[in-house]
Amino acid sequence: MTNHLFGTWQNQSLEGIFAECRELAENADFPTVKRWRENGGKVLGHFQVYFPEEIAHAAGMLPLKMRGAPVEPTHSDSRFGSYLCSILKTSLELVLSNRVELDMFVTHPICDAARNLAAVWGRNYSYPCQILYLPQNANSKASAEYLRGEYERVKGDVEAVTGSKVTDEALRNSLIVYNENRRLLRQLYEIKRKQPWLVTGFEAYLLMTVGGMILREEHNELLKTAIPLIEARPAKRQDKIRVVFEGGFCEQPPLDLIRAISQSCYIVDDDLLIGLRWILEDIPLEGDLLMNMADAYLEKSSYSPVQHDARKPKEKMLLQRIADSGAEAAIITAAKMCEPGLEDQVTYTKALDEKGIPYFVGEFEENMTSFDSMEIQLETFTENLIFS
Amino acid sequence: MTETIQDELVGRGNKEGADLFREWFDGLAEHAKRGEGAAYVFVMGSMAELLHVFDFPLVLPEITSLQTAVRRVADKYLAEAEDYGYSPDICGYVKADMAVQLRGGDHPMGRIPKPAIAVMTNACNTYIKWAEIWERMYGTPLFVIDVPATRQAGGQFQPGSADFERDRKYVEAQIRELIPLCEEVSGKKFDIDRLRETLKYANDMNTGWKRVLELNKSKPSLFNAVTDGTVYLGVSNNLRGTEKGSTFFKNLVEEMEYKSAHGIGTQIVEKYRLGFVGVPCYPIFRRFSEMFTEWGGNFVHSTYLNFASGGGSMGYEYDVNRPIESLAEGFLISVREAMDNMFHQDRVVISWVKDYDLDGVVYHPIKSCRTVSTGLADGRRAMMAATDVPSLFIESDMMDKRVVSEAQMKNRADAFFEGLASRREMAKISS
Repeated sequence: MTNHLFGTWQNQSLEGIFAECRELAENADFPTVKRWRENGGKVLGHFQVYFPEEIAHAAGMLPLKMRGAPVEPTHSDSRFGSYLCSILKTSLELVLSNRVELDMFVTHPICDAARNLAAVWGRNYSYPCQILYLPQNANSKASAEYLRGEYERVKGDVEAVTGSKVTDEALRNSLIVYNENRRLLRQLYEIKRKQPWLVTGFEAYLLMTVGGMILREEHNELLKTAIPLIEARPAKRQDKIRVVFEGGFCEQPPLDLIRAISQSCYIVDDDLLIGLRWILEDIPLEGDLLMNMADAYLEKSSYSPVQHDARKPKEKMLLQRIADSGAEAAIITAAKMCEPGLEDQVTYTKALDEKGIPYFVGEFEENMTSFDSMEIQLETFTENLIFS
Repeated sequence: MTETIQDELVGRGNKEGADLFREWFDGLAEHAKRGEGAAYVFVMGSMAELLHVFDFPLVLPEITSLQTAVRRVADKYLAEAEDYGYSPDICGYVKADMAVQLRGGDHPMGRIPKPAIAVMTNACNTYIKWAEIWERMYGTPLFVIDVPATRQAGGQFQPGSADFERDRKYVEAQIRELIPLCEEVSGKKFDIDRLRETLKYANDMNTGWKRVLELNKSKPSLFNAVTDGTVYLGVSNNLRGTEKGSTFFKNLVEEMEYKSAHGIGTQIVEKYRLGFVGVPCYPIFRRFSEMFTEWGGNFVHSTYLNFASGGGSMGYEYDVNRPIESLAEGFLISVREAMDNMFHQDRVVISWVKDYDLDGVVYHPIKSCRTVSTGLADGRRAMMAATDVPSLFIESDMMDKRVVSEAQMKNRADAFFEGLASRREMAKISS
């Protein structure tokens, strides 16, 4: 089976690669998934934020990050009430409208809404629809062992879907692929932090976001091609404010909103699609691999509003992210109706107030098409900072 | 003689429940007056059995918050929290409590003590976000008891299986980690015999609660699950693991057994037996209930009584000979049951249609609570596909009057009952 589900990025200039990535990211028909299925491949769809994709990958499945899409929820609207975030509806819409076909669906107890998805999905489909109970007590000594057991359980379910055992060798090979992928993404983010004029936040996002729709082997090839081109770019430093963007851990802002922010600011760090970068270091390839994965999830990981960890108070983590990236300001957003995001907006802004760090607050929805007023407000915000 | 017994028994649960509720608030005010902190806990997995061993007074902020709505002052509390920065789109309970904290504990029922410790489960993610606020405000130590629930519909791990034992051990390990934290905060040593005592009281309450709910299968039903049931639910939460709670439920069973034996129902003539799915509309609590009772509709069961009792409704009995192990097992099973009553409510409601002989089901998703509300529309579709019982779907809120449209709700309820009446007439004609 080919690793190249995307392919059109090959032999392109850097601008051509960005254009191809954008086209794929905006294509709600998920052509890469269709191609995979046409070749007889099976697909595991997993809802945001983090899923140990290595397990599905080692079983020969395509792990697909279900993170909504620019579609109208015409079928899924009748399955939900009124006061919900968009990503929930559009993710289900993708399967109800047959844009995407799955063989297994996994959600997580990340928020009150998302944890309902396994039951909703399961009432509509006969394939396995379940919750991976990622630990919400990250500070218990028993959490890693428990999580290892959860991974073992999911591995068993994946094996039942594919009909083949996930060997240690296959899992090790997948870890090698994913470790490399996370290393490349860290490299990309390092460029954003140190030389943000070489790659805009929007461009970096395009490169990253397609990773959730293709095999990581191909994503690695893509990043290994694009990163040297970025580093060799003859771009000059501009007089732009360096900002951290916060609020993109689950539902994603519209691409044009990220583009608009990138036009007026350097996005030097962010939490966009943080699940792809949740693990901060290589996962060891020796010993009990599932335990290594569980340990990495708990001990070598980033932060987000959907995980409580006494060692990682969110406001301190944000301040650290700002300090580490040399940001001068923060853009604190939340998706509409996102309870954890909206609650932490208050946390973040109070902490920023205390430290005297300027910030811009906004709400978004993945299907917003007009954000003129936000753009104008943001421009005013950045101009005020530049001229103050 | 019989009349005297009837006078004593019928309505006793409501009166005692109201008295105990007032007493609970008064007790909290006394603690606050003395400057003593409390354990802040939540209805879905309060761990009251353990916390009482350390003599913590328990504050249940969901209950203190909903009381601001029942007392029709929630709007002021919500506005204060929103002025502080919280969005109109987050949980109203969180915001009302935030305002109580900003007011130094000031609450319409009396002063609420500050949190000395907060213990929460993952049954609702907002519990954790909520407690993080106290952590920031006061430096309150938080303890999350992570309870792995049903992974897939119908796939609950059963005691005796390796998967269940893995989950149980995880919960037990966390309980053992919570004990030293309680010792540190309270300054009291853990006493396993006291735990045995609170477990015994909790057993009385669990078995009593289960029996009371079963007895409501009687015709006519014995109590209204939305109004009377909420009073009993309050005691099951506020006094969990206490002697008073145990006595209350023993008395309540006695009252309900008597009513059942003598065919004594609620204060209305029961024409329609209804199931309720969701959270009551507290800002117009009485009117909300009247929209149904004035048509002769009585709520005979409610998912709320199952999930908001932390699954106490399933009647789990702890084995006091192995208290911690059994606490872990009961906690896991009960909190999981609470979650199943939210996420897999369709299965619960479908079983009630036969067991409680339902004429209709009312779904009431609310803006404030996505845990309960997200899957209700889809669950209703499943219920309708599996049964021929009519249902009503009305959205509002449990706190925020701004999203409660009373007239519109009443119109919908009226149309629902007109449909039920016409359906009954048609059935008569065709038989």
